[in-house]
Amino acid sequence: MSILLQEIRKQPIETSSITVTKNLTPVLRMENLHVYADHLHILNDVNLLIPRNQITVLLGPSGCGKTTLLKCINKLTDLYKELKVSGRIFIDDKDILNTSKNVPDIRRKMGLLSQRPYPLPLSIFKNVAYGIKLKGVRDKKLLAFNVEKHLREVGLWEEVKNRLNEPASCLSIGQQQRLCLARGLAVKPTIILADEPTSALDPKSSNIIERSFGELKKNYTIILVTHSLRQAMRMADYVVFMSEGSIVEQGLPEILFNRPETAQLRDYLKEGC
Amino acid sequence: MELRRRIVDSFNGKWMLISLIILFILPLVIGTGLYLKSIPLLEHHSLRQLVFSTNWAPSRSSFGFWSFISGSLYVTLISFLLSLPFCLFAAIYLTQFSSRFLLRIMHPVIDILSGLPSVIYGVWGILIVVPFIGDYLAPALGTTSTGYSVLAGGSVLAVMCIPYSLNMLIEIFRTVPCGLREASLSLGATSWEAVKHVVIRGNYPGIIAAFGLGIAKAFGETIAVMMVVGNVVSNSFNPLDPAYPLPALIANNYGEMLSIPLYDSALMFAALVLFIIIVIINLIFRFLIHKTRKK
Amino acid sequence: MKYRKRFEELFFKIISALMTYALIAVLVFIIGVIFYKGISALSWDILLKTPKGGYYYGGEGGVLNAIIGSLYIASGATFIAMIIGMPAALYLNVYLMRYKRTQNTIRFLLDTLWGIPSIVYGAFGFAMMLFLGMNASLLAGIITVSLLVLPIMVRTFDEILSTIPKGLMEASLALGSTRCETAYKIMLKQGFQGFITAVLLCFGRAIGDAASVLFTAGYSDQIPVNLDEPAATLPLAIFFQLSSPIPEVRERAFASALILTTIILVISLSARLFSMRFSQTNIR
Repeated sequence: MSILLQEIRKQPIETSSITVTKNLTPVLRMENLHVYADHLHILNDVNLLIPRNQITVLLGPSGCGKTTLLKCINKLTDLYKELKVSGRIFIDDKDILNTSKNVPDIRRKMGLLSQRPYPLPLSIFKNVAYGIKLKGVRDKKLLAFNVEKHLREVGLWEEVKNRLNEPASCLSIGQQQRLCLARGLAVKPTIILADEPTSALDPKSSNIIERSFGELKKNYTIILVTHSLRQAMRMADYVVFMSEGSIVEQGLPEILFNRPETAQLRDYLKEGC
Repeated sequence: MELRRRIVDSFNGKWMLISLIILFILPLVIGTGLYLKSIPLLEHHSLRQLVFSTNWAPSRSSFGFWSFISGSLYVTLISFLLSLPFCLFAAIYLTQFSSRFLLRIMHPVIDILSGLPSVIYGVWGILIVVPFIGDYLAPALGTTSTGYSVLAGGSVLAVMCIPYSLNMLIEIFRTVPCGLREASLSLGATSWEAVKHVVIRGNYPGIIAAFGLGIAKAFGETIAVMMVVGNVVSNSFNPLDPAYPLPALIANNYGEMLSIPLYDSALMFAALVLFIIIVIINLIFRFLIHKTRKK
Repeated sequence: MKYRKRFEELFFKIISALMTYALIAVLVFIIGVIFYKGISALSWDILLKTPKGGYYYGGEGGVLNAIIGSLYIASGATFIAMIIGMPAALYLNVYLMRYKRTQNTIRFLLDTLWGIPSIVYGAFGFAMMLFLGMNASLLAGIITVSLLVLPIMVRTFDEILSTIPKGLMEASLALGSTRCETAYKIMLKQGFQGFITAVLLCFGRAIGDAASVLFTAGYSDQIPVNLDEPAATLPLAIFFQLSSPIPEVRERAFASALILTTIILVISLSARLFSMRFSQTNIR
């Protein structure tokens, strides 16, 4: 506990960010979200506001429903028959959960970064161009421009610019993850959903990913699931602590990590160090 | 979404569904088609008489299929007995004892064996198996035989069915968890005993299913058997005598079946019998395999 | 006691090793016999000429009609199986992904369908032909054989598709593609190796099958030009020539068997090569 406090004290509290968070309109709003799998109650009455252009960290022990929450936002819960979802999720005041219209368009508002990278079985170039092409862009120059732009955004351009036509599976796993990030950015999302994106990566690659997140939050809203407490401290603008399917505590990291109100979070913080 | 994209999308999606439905209707259509064709025969004869009578004289309108069904059963039985040790021991050796290298060689070997057309097996049977039985085996046993016999048919069938059953057995044995075997070994069992207890006894249903499916395949095999089995009704239990299996009957008489009344109907009935028997065997044993896989 | 145990162990190990090597020996033996017998009768005439008058009594000619007929039938049937089987397998793995039980039931039924012998397909094709008023023809043969290879196509392709990680599909959907686009652009690409294997397997099966074309494709000494003409096939050519009492004709049957075996071996080998090459672009 004491180590933790020291670490937090090292980071100066930016009072400005607190006010910013309070003033901004939320980009995403969840109301009474419940998810059942067969008899298990995976998510229990989740009410959550996600602030715009901030990194919201979902924190909690494994199996507490973080990943399921992300999948609800993305409507990927459709792929699992056993998951029954109820409640409402609003993006820009439109309910996305209870509609089956234009699901691809809804999903395009969000870029997904999963635990381990899944590059599409295409070349590096086409991986990034895939989402753009889906929108109907055929112009070669525009495609090339966008691909370069997004690869630069994740700092991959210099590494791959000479082998854009090689299959994406040739890249190292860290590069693949960054490629997946670039691919997600290429569809021009407003939200980035990151499901423990660095858990399979080496420290260097995770650093690069974290750094790009720091850059990206200027333009995107980022929801980051992690079980690494240190990462949460480094990255978070807003923290949501979950346990056994419900939200236990949420708030600004400075407050939450320094003065945890519940015993659950206190235990978690102790064990996390 | 763009209109064009949406149209392409819904068309492709529908076509996928339709093609899956086509696949499903297929067996039903086959069954009904054959049944409709055999109705004329069934109107004139009772089912029991058709299946169990041995009286076969199409020109006098008597159709008893028993000699052919029993011929099929006999050939299949012989092939089963011959292929059993090969499949079982080879599968055990390949999954438990053999080197990676041998397994790498065996995969194409099994592939090619199962890919060779039945005519080729038939040619091989005529060139090797039939003369061997006629010229060496029968004299050695003190009898005579032309070589075109149940035993020849059974041997050729056995070779054909080995890759089929073997593939399934390998797949089943491979799923045996390593720990189980190691546990058995650590209790002081020799590696063969571990195999006996864990691999064989633990996979009884799978093994039975693999052989059952091999039998079903052997039962329906046509050309290769037809080329070496003699195609004469003998009704004897001597494996060196010829026989006339059901598929061979269908294949041999397609030319003249339209000239004799009810003959075509009878042959379609034979195909229906074959279809039903094999579908039932398949359903049962596939079910067994699917169940063992779930575990 | 220990002695007996060790003896049992050794005995069974040797037996099972023998059985395994025996299989290799059998394969080498079969192919060896076919090559040995066929190579002496093989000539350019057999490969490149159609049967002339009196061919089946030892006259001039070759089995080009059967080779071409077989290639036609096999390609046609494989093509039909492809346009029905490929989407069906994709549907099974993309749309029905949430319904594990339905998926397994479908696989189970397809496996059963795979087990139906070709003679039944042949008889059914014949019944259909009579019903539709068709004659034994290339088209009837193609349709019948395509029914035969359809389950093989679906199951072989499906086997590879089912190993593709769910995450890849999620990734593709998350980029805003529809399920359909995911199926054709991503799953097909990722499972392309399996698709090629399935196509080659179907082709090999289609070219070697005799019982299903016996009733439906007919037999002709000419190379078919139209879909409604009867077509000769290689397996039947072997079968008919072999039933001739004239030694020369039987020799030609062996040569034809050699041709068919070679085709099958080439297909088998290329299936292996293809699957090695195409697995490179895939994620592992």
